[in-house]
Amino acid sequence: MPAVTQTREAVEKLGQSTYKWGFETDIEMDMAPKGLNEDIIRLISSRKEEPEWMLEWRLAAYKTWQAMQEPKWAKVAYPPIDYQDAHYYAAPRKKPGPKSLDEVDPELLRTYEKLGIPLHEQALLAGVEVPEGERMPVAVDAVFDSVSVATTFRKTLEEAGVIFCPISEAVKEHPDLVRKYLGTVVPAGDNFFSALNSAVFTDGSFVYVPKGVRCPMELSTYFRINARNTGQFERTLIVVEEGASVSYLEGCTAPMRDENQLHAAVVELVAMDDASIKYSTVQNWYPGDENGRGGIYNFVTKRGACRGARSKISWTQVETGSAITWKYPSCILQGEGSVGEFYSVAVTNNHQQADTGTKMIHLGRNTRSTIIAKTISAGRSDSTYRGLVRVQPKASGARNFTQCDSLLIGDQCGAHTVPYIESRNMNARIEHEATTSKISEDQLFYCRQRGLSEEDAVGLIVNGFCRDVLKELPMEFAVEAQKLLQISLEGSVG
Amino acid sequence: MSQFLEISGLCAQIDADGQEKQILRGVDLSIPPGEVHVIMGPNGSGKSTLSYVLAGREDYEVTAGTATFHGQDLLAMEPEERAAAGLFLAFQSPIELPGVNNANFLRTAVNAVRRARGQEELDAVAFLKMAREAAKALSMAPDMLKRNVNVGFSGGEKKRNEVLQMTLLQPTFAILDETDSGLDVDALRIVAEGVNRLRAPTFSALVITHHQKLLDYLVPDRIHVMARGRIILSGGPELARQIDQEGYTKFLAEVA
Repeated sequence: MPAVTQTREAVEKLGQSTYKWGFETDIEMDMAPKGLNEDIIRLISSRKEEPEWMLEWRLAAYKTWQAMQEPKWAKVAYPPIDYQDAHYYAAPRKKPGPKSLDEVDPELLRTYEKLGIPLHEQALLAGVEVPEGERMPVAVDAVFDSVSVATTFRKTLEEAGVIFCPISEAVKEHPDLVRKYLGTVVPAGDNFFSALNSAVFTDGSFVYVPKGVRCPMELSTYFRINARNTGQFERTLIVVEEGASVSYLEGCTAPMRDENQLHAAVVELVAMDDASIKYSTVQNWYPGDENGRGGIYNFVTKRGACRGARSKISWTQVETGSAITWKYPSCILQGEGSVGEFYSVAVTNNHQQADTGTKMIHLGRNTRSTIIAKTISAGRSDSTYRGLVRVQPKASGARNFTQCDSLLIGDQCGAHTVPYIESRNMNARIEHEATTSKISEDQLFYCRQRGLSEEDAVGLIVNGFCRDVLKELPMEFAVEAQKLLQISLEGSVG
Repeated sequence: MSQFLEISGLCAQIDADGQEKQILRGVDLSIPPGEVHVIMGPNGSGKSTLSYVLAGREDYEVTAGTATFHGQDLLAMEPEERAAAGLFLAFQSPIELPGVNNANFLRTAVNAVRRARGQEELDAVAFLKMAREAAKALSMAPDMLKRNVNVGFSGGEKKRNEVLQMTLLQPTFAILDETDSGLDVDALRIVAEGVNRLRAPTFSALVITHHQKLLDYLVPDRIHVMARGRIILSGGPELARQIDQEGYTKFLAEVA
């Protein structure tokens, strides 16, 4: 059985490829003591100089959380998390409010350089204008552990009327907007992790696009967990008014650590009449080593509300990192004729576990949703697509198309598809297609006969498998994602 | 001058459901540079296995014998090293690569072998120009470069796509495994012309076929008959015509 032996050897080699973003940055940190209680929440709130209503909101969430149980229904296994054994606030120690590049810790900037963040934007931070039309500008908000350290292109955005800033700043400077929308899509008590996030979130991004404005550039946030024993609880809120649109990108990395770190983010999107939001994620948190030691627990709640007629929310995600991913970016299709889309590539390797998918809740008439989920499992990893399509009685003419494809590499990994389909309207049309396949020896041999190395052949085949999703990503991100897929599966055969 | 391709006493087996099955039982074959040789033989005689073993398919275990290519030990090389060294196999059943753009696949392959051969890689523009010209010479529809590799191709399109790859990869030794099967007369001629265009004093080919028709266009130098994992008979082009008229039975009886 040379083929099987080969694949098994391949799988064993999988873990040897190193995580290329595993460096740690030596920055002086301002840290809260370990543990979670009301005092810690008060400390976070006061560090962030929050108004009273925000503190009360947090404390209410904390009370809700205390009464809740950690969800156990996902197909993931991990030892109990001691929520008292983590720091809930860690911030680079620095002068408050870096308004220019000079004020940002140079160590931090070097970190972002290593991450390959288009540091071009650094110049903009420093107030240097870049010649027009050189490249598609991307505004970047960088969140380091718990704190947003730098947001670029703010001036250009302001001129267009777009607000793009750390949410901690929005709480102070745009309290009416934040109060109006925060927690309206994902209520604090929605689930265990959203309640935890609501109590202790420290930063994240806030985006507001006013009526009729097409955001003039891609907005991007880079998240990095750096400090040991810290959780990262970012909170993102994006509100797009009537006829406006925005494309938002999110990238994540973390250093290599033996212990697991918790990441529990909440993302809320609100789209009004004819508004559109495109939310793209390339998630590359540290996945743990080849024996499954360390790595990020990624327990994330992402949800978008298509409140307006003909509004559209599109989620695209490329998930390659994290020891555990528990994530279901969803759309509530309330407005008549609103559209929800979910395009996902999830890659698991070694001992990674992913339980991810989406929820499409059809409330309004003639709402439409599309789900394309591609799952790639290698090593001893386990990956589950879990998706809900629900059509409520008033959603006449609702349509959904779902396609779930799984690709297995080796014979010790698993792929599972768990679709929940609930239709309460006779006029709804729901389609579900699913396939499971393996990279065949025939395909590998064919490519190698044409001169491709085995790794290049796997990369080519995997990218082909994911093409329907990758083409949904903004251009610059698509190239990055392709490389990331290849790196994640490096050594997965041969 | 040492032989271009030299196969001696080659034995190979495959593991079929836990049972070792001997397929090649001592193949001797040498092909000088610049010649086109043909292997004919009844189904199951080991023709395709020989082509797979020469190209380096790992399902087959070589149990005895040698194969050298340009004086190098072919059997010690990885499939992609053999490709870089100039060996090309046109598959009997070309493989589909869903989602992989044909032009992108071809360029990746061409640049991989160019890199290995110490040649400069081609940029997208130069490559596309070259690929379009080659595709046109094979009467291929222009959109075939944009489609996914072999996905939804007709039998004839797949075979032409193989010849297109061969043309672009510029091998010095090509194995064509029943490239003529399932082709109509016109397609057969186009494919044969594609091979003939590569003919040069430094290019050799091993053509596996059942039909005389292809050989009318290709004009081979030697014909070999394979049966039960061995070359049992070799001769000039007239041997193919004889087989075409009289079948294999007579020859098999003679050597038995």
